[in-house]
Amino acid sequence: MNKLLSFIPEIPIADATDKVVDKITEIFAFIFDPISTHFGNFMEFFAEDFLMSIPPFIMILLVAILAFFVSGRKFGLAIFSIIGLWLIYNQDQWENLMYTVTLVLIASILSIVIGIPFGILISKSNLANIIIKPILDFMQTMPAFVYLIPAVAFFGIGMVPGVFASLIFAIPPTVRFTNLGIRQVPRELVEAADAFGSTGAQKLFKVELPMAKPTIMAGVNQTVMLALSMVVTASMIGAPGLGRDVLSALQRADVGTGFVAGIGIVILAIIIDRLTQGANRKKD
Amino acid sequence: MPIIEVENLTKIFGKNVKQAMKLLNEGASKDEILKETGCTVGVNKASFSVKPGEIFVIMGLSGSGKSTLVRLLNRLIEPTSGKILIEGEDLSQMDKNALRQARREKMSMVFQQFGLFPHRTVLENAAYGLEVQNIAKEEREEKAKRALELVGLGNYLHQKPGQLSGGMQQRVGLARALTNDPKVLLMDEAFSALDPLIRKDMQDELLDLQSTMQKTIIFITHDLDEALRLGDRIALMKDGQIVQIGTPEDILVNPANEYVERFVEDIDRSKVLTAQHIMKRPESVNIDTSGPRVALERMREAGISLIFAVDNARNFKGYISAEDASDALKKGITNLKEIVKNDVRRVDKDTTLNDIFSIVHDSPVPVVVVENNRLRGVIVRGAVIGALAGESEVSMENE
Ligand SMILES: Nc1ncnc2c1ncn2[C@@H]1O[C@H](COP(=O)(O)OP(=O)(O)OP(=O)(O)O)[C@@H](O)[C@H]1O
Ligand SMILES: [Mg+2]
Repeated sequence: MNKLLSFIPEIPIADATDKVVDKITEIFAFIFDPISTHFGNFMEFFAEDFLMSIPPFIMILLVAILAFFVSGRKFGLAIFSIIGLWLIYNQDQWENLMYTVTLVLIASILSIVIGIPFGILISKSNLANIIIKPILDFMQTMPAFVYLIPAVAFFGIGMVPGVFASLIFAIPPTVRFTNLGIRQVPRELVEAADAFGSTGAQKLFKVELPMAKPTIMAGVNQTVMLALSMVVTASMIGAPGLGRDVLSALQRADVGTGFVAGIGIVILAIIIDRLTQGANRKKD
Repeated sequence: MPIIEVENLTKIFGKNVKQAMKLLNEGASKDEILKETGCTVGVNKASFSVKPGEIFVIMGLSGSGKSTLVRLLNRLIEPTSGKILIEGEDLSQMDKNALRQARREKMSMVFQQFGLFPHRTVLENAAYGLEVQNIAKEEREEKAKRALELVGLGNYLHQKPGQLSGGMQQRVGLARALTNDPKVLLMDEAFSALDPLIRKDMQDELLDLQSTMQKTIIFITHDLDEALRLGDRIALMKDGQIVQIGTPEDILVNPANEYVERFVEDIDRSKVLTAQHIMKRPESVNIDTSGPRVALERMREAGISLIFAVDNARNFKGYISAEDASDALKKGITNLKEIVKNDVRRVDKDTTLNDIFSIVHDSPVPVVVVENNRLRGVIVRGAVIGALAGESEVSMENE
């Protein structure tokens, strides 16, 4: 029986993957290298020279005001933001928080900017849909830290590979929900747009995207949460932030520090989640 | 010249179109083709033409292909074969740009579920057709406003469609179609989603609009009442085929086949048949030239006890009874004008049977049908009851 199973010698998938990644690294070095330098510099600038230059007091106030309006002039989320963010400050995690916010923000923005056009593409072309859907499944089921390996190969260590890995992990919901939202636009509305002589672009921007917006925003919300969940994983490849403290606490079995950093992530997650959901609800 | 001409228009849904087309040409039925090829025949060789200013109603049961046919007319559905001529131009041969232009300028559509854009205001909805033509905001909103005022929504410009009732929403749908000022309106069961009273209002309003604007309207419905109220002509569809085209009278009185007859059977005749269908030719006497003797002689001839009076210009003047005429003869009165009576109920030739019934009921004298002061016909009680009972020997002799 075993003979039968080993009739075909081991297929060198791992080797092949190595080679492919090596080749890509080699060929595209001229793109990857400047990206990792300039983009890395930009993110460091954004985190250290922009976010950290804003006094924490003002930042907390701004977030609270935003929360107040986004949640429909209710105080709940605003108060939670003030207490939560103060706690993070109090635990001396403010700088880590700013790095994490940078990472999540950049990864999310890129996911949205890249994901929505892909979503539109697969909503319009059944062929593209057939090709891209399984790729999305693959991207979502592959354990997240597997992406770290090529990320490091392409971009070295630091924030850039962290963003790259987060991007791959977080992009599928935006693509899927954009597709879903557009396909769900009632048939009569699409017909109305056509019957009055809209061009494809007019139909998309005047009818389909506005109609699909709540669905797309639900996807964006998921994307942001996935990006945040990659924070700890990304710290394995040297991305700074709350995740790094979790990781080092893990290595030193330091429950206390780990808990503090973990709480920080949870607080951030709740605030981001309610903010993106609230922004969606307000438009209805 | 007809504004729309459709020749052998056919739509087959499915993958095996070629084979289905072959079977169709061999005369196979819709069911057989579905069984053989898995293809659905949506529309089967429809041919008709529509005159400018006409309301052309397409009627048929669910699944008979009405929606498909109307969507073929602006190519929301691509035809499998056949021609669609709009003002002589073949729509089926147009490229994308020409088709888009035709949709913008020649025809607009009104939808069953209204098809309004919920994220746009009433005004923005109505202006959509001009917006996609990149017409300046001021101009398009001016035109949209005028169309909305026409349908009585001048005060709702900045509401969202969701805030309006069904009837009002469909008015927006109608205004959106009118804003473009197209020659042709395509209306797919435009009033089917409305409740009966509102529906009747909308039908009246459409007829009003039509009488002032003279659009050509293709109106889809599965409701015979609606078809008869609106249609100048009606096309009846079954299994994708057009089985009869005719005026409402044609359809009612001479159903082309059993299918049409069955369709027509359940119609409430009292609402559809009107005075002109049941009136008889009246006997009349000219009171300017004739005297009692002539009147009596005419009555004796026709075996009646009362005769209608007209003047030289054939204007209706009333009636003369046999009794009065013989009295006059005895008294030596020669002028019929002195004995004419005018206590007779008049109806219009379009008065429905329903209304006539109650009038005839409490009028001792037969009811007359008068048009422009001319005597057109007379309605006796027996004819009304006969027609209500479904006798189809309705008289068309005054047509
Ligand atoms: N996109 C489609 N794909 C396959 N078959 C279709 C499609 N659209 C319509 N059909 C079929 O074509 C036939 C005609 O449908 P259509 O919608 O034109 O009927 P209808 O007369 O408008 O009916 P209703 O009164 O229910 O609206 C039906 O048998 C239907 O199943
Ligand atoms: Mg239909």
